[in-house]
Amino acid sequence: MKTIKIGLGTCGVSAGGEKVHAALKEAIAKDKIPVRLVETGCMGNCYQEVLVEVIDEDGRSNLYGNVTPDKVGRILDEQVLNDKPVGEWIVKGRDAAAEDTFFAKQKRIVLRNCGIIDPDSIDEYIASGGYRAIQKILKECTPEEVIEIILKSGLRGRGGAGFLTGMKWRFCRQAPGDKKYIICNADEGDPGAFMDRSTLEGDPHSVLEGMMIGAYACGADEAYIYVRAEYPMAVRRLRHSIHEATKKGFLGKNIFGSHMNLKIKIKEGAGAFVCGEETALIASIEGQRGMPRFRPPFPAQKGLWGKPTNINNVETYANIAWIILNGADAFAAMGTENSKGTKVFALAGKIARGGLVEVPMGLTINEIIYDIGGGIRDDKKFKAVQMGGPSGGCIPATMGDLQIDYQKINQTGAIMGSGGMVVMDETTCMVEMAKFFLRFTQDESCGKCTFCRIGTKRMLEILERITDGRGRQGDIELLEDLADKIRNNTICGLGQTAPNPVLTTLKYFRDEYEAHIRDKKCPAHSCAPLLTFTILADKCTGCTLCARVCPAKAISGEKKQVHHIDQEACIKCGKCFETCNFNAIIKD
Amino acid sequence: MTPNDKLKATRNKKGLAGFKIDLWNYEGEKGALIPLLQAAQDTYGYIPATAIDQISEIVGIPAAEIYGVITFYSQFRLKPLGKFLIKVCDGTACHVNGSERIAGVIEDELQISGNDTTEDGLFTVQKVACLGCCSLSPVIMINDETYGRLTPKKVQQLLKEYKSKAQKPQTA
Repeated sequence: MKTIKIGLGTCGVSAGGEKVHAALKEAIAKDKIPVRLVETGCMGNCYQEVLVEVIDEDGRSNLYGNVTPDKVGRILDEQVLNDKPVGEWIVKGRDAAAEDTFFAKQKRIVLRNCGIIDPDSIDEYIASGGYRAIQKILKECTPEEVIEIILKSGLRGRGGAGFLTGMKWRFCRQAPGDKKYIICNADEGDPGAFMDRSTLEGDPHSVLEGMMIGAYACGADEAYIYVRAEYPMAVRRLRHSIHEATKKGFLGKNIFGSHMNLKIKIKEGAGAFVCGEETALIASIEGQRGMPRFRPPFPAQKGLWGKPTNINNVETYANIAWIILNGADAFAAMGTENSKGTKVFALAGKIARGGLVEVPMGLTINEIIYDIGGGIRDDKKFKAVQMGGPSGGCIPATMGDLQIDYQKINQTGAIMGSGGMVVMDETTCMVEMAKFFLRFTQDESCGKCTFCRIGTKRMLEILERITDGRGRQGDIELLEDLADKIRNNTICGLGQTAPNPVLTTLKYFRDEYEAHIRDKKCPAHSCAPLLTFTILADKCTGCTLCARVCPAKAISGEKKQVHHIDQEACIKCGKCFETCNFNAIIKD
Repeated sequence: MTPNDKLKATRNKKGLAGFKIDLWNYEGEKGALIPLLQAAQDTYGYIPATAIDQISEIVGIPAAEIYGVITFYSQFRLKPLGKFLIKVCDGTACHVNGSERIAGVIEDELQISGNDTTEDGLFTVQKVACLGCCSLSPVIMINDETYGRLTPKKVQQLLKEYKSKAQKPQTA
């Protein structure tokens, strides 16, 4: 029997996946079509959602993209019943005419099951090799040996800072105390990042198994998953998976007949970005305001309820079982000298093919953007890529040959971060971008450290006046001075990295700042107060549409005559520019 | 008295209607404040003052401190929501694809500014950091429906549809 898989991650659902699913279900039931319909997670190529894959008895498949309910009939009729693929809708597979470059350079470890298995079925996870790693280590390895394997693999924490996972586990293992905790940080808060959500939605058991192995290595018997409440589907799938695993005896007491006990609980976050910081996360689990505290003591010594605690993020845990089964050497064989394995990125912004990609470390930024992402949307020019979210920075297009590597990215002033990769083109103003991120961190500052609470506010005010055309000479220096003070006088990662977006844009796009301040111009034509709207006499047809939408009544002109904008009265809202059907209005 | 009994007793004393006790599986474990607040919000749509008092009694944390926790987290609301909750995504991807313009159109159309509810109680607008469907940007969500690849014109059209939907008498 053939199988039909439909990608119902959040990306698929937002693109209308539920409706396609319902249409498939109805058509299959109505015509009694002999086919198995399965739900799966994010397949990666989100730009082509809704995705439907038809798999033949021999395992070969065709992936259909941009599926809508009205396309369902033909796919069922022609491909499923009559083995005649609908060529023009196929995006990947045996009958695809298009070259498959989106997946060619990817290497899937974390996402090994995403979009392939049914995330709600523990049996499918087991059939794909799941829960073998935990059984293997329970039988063959001491906790110290597990830590050795992870150390040897070179795996670094994928949450952003890139600390060696094996070291972290060892600190927790060696900390005195009988009661220890394991925490999975699934509070993915960077705007523009959706790696962890897709992993949790597409393959929750791989994260659970990683946590079990971590718990064994650290000697913990209780675990928490701290997950954003804004990810309802991930929360639901996790709950279901924990329930299934407990039912099978994989969680609970005497796991797989060993002496190991483990209980995993879910804690839903309540929407505070700073809770991604480990001490703030612990405070939040304890039911308090999520404010970071001084380290040391590190959570490995004194964490949740004062007990030794190990925290890793979703992607880190999802790597663990693969490393145990395939060996540390196989993992360390991928990547660069300092960065091993793969990294998942959420590719978004002005990119032609956005989605979830997993690449071996050492690939260059250009390879990701052009070979995988298909370049920039609408044939615009690639300007910069933002990595690491509000803690990261903008890497200019001229550095496109930069390799994905913790050290090399840090040298640019950006950070690897958790994996958000937002691509910008020539129409993106870098000053405005810096303002955007600073507004975010300003908003999310918990208020504990003066320099973060007030310093970011002052920086934001300076950026606001620069983009409003009220920038003053000396503003750049003032920004740099404040950035330096914030960096050195705050206790947690949020404050210490908050100036990064400003510093990197100053480093690579200083001329844009200067143009805003000195010439009162926005080179990207993005900051409205610095724009001048004018009507082109040869294109204006005198349709009067712009004059009618102008809220300031700044546009005058007779019907069928060329119109004119009164620059004194213009409030630069851009409504005329958007409304004009003849491209007769230009902004400069 | 177990915490759950205590909870039932409090409810009976205050005689609150619509208080879904089964949601509140509070067994006296540590760190239950946030889950309790989440349950209260699930029940009422926001956290009313009476719920704060009740939770305070159950967990033994002063109401002022609970208020501090509520205002720290962006998820919690102290005011009821409008009939339609519009979440305007301002994640990085949506931002570079023009979410500010989208937010501006919504504010203009509904005559409100920032995160607020319209006077008729129909719409609540909330700017959110990321809805996680970056490849469809710019995106908004109205209740549970997601609308992607928006333009100012599409948004105006959408709001018009929702307004007329609200005016039509509800059919069973």
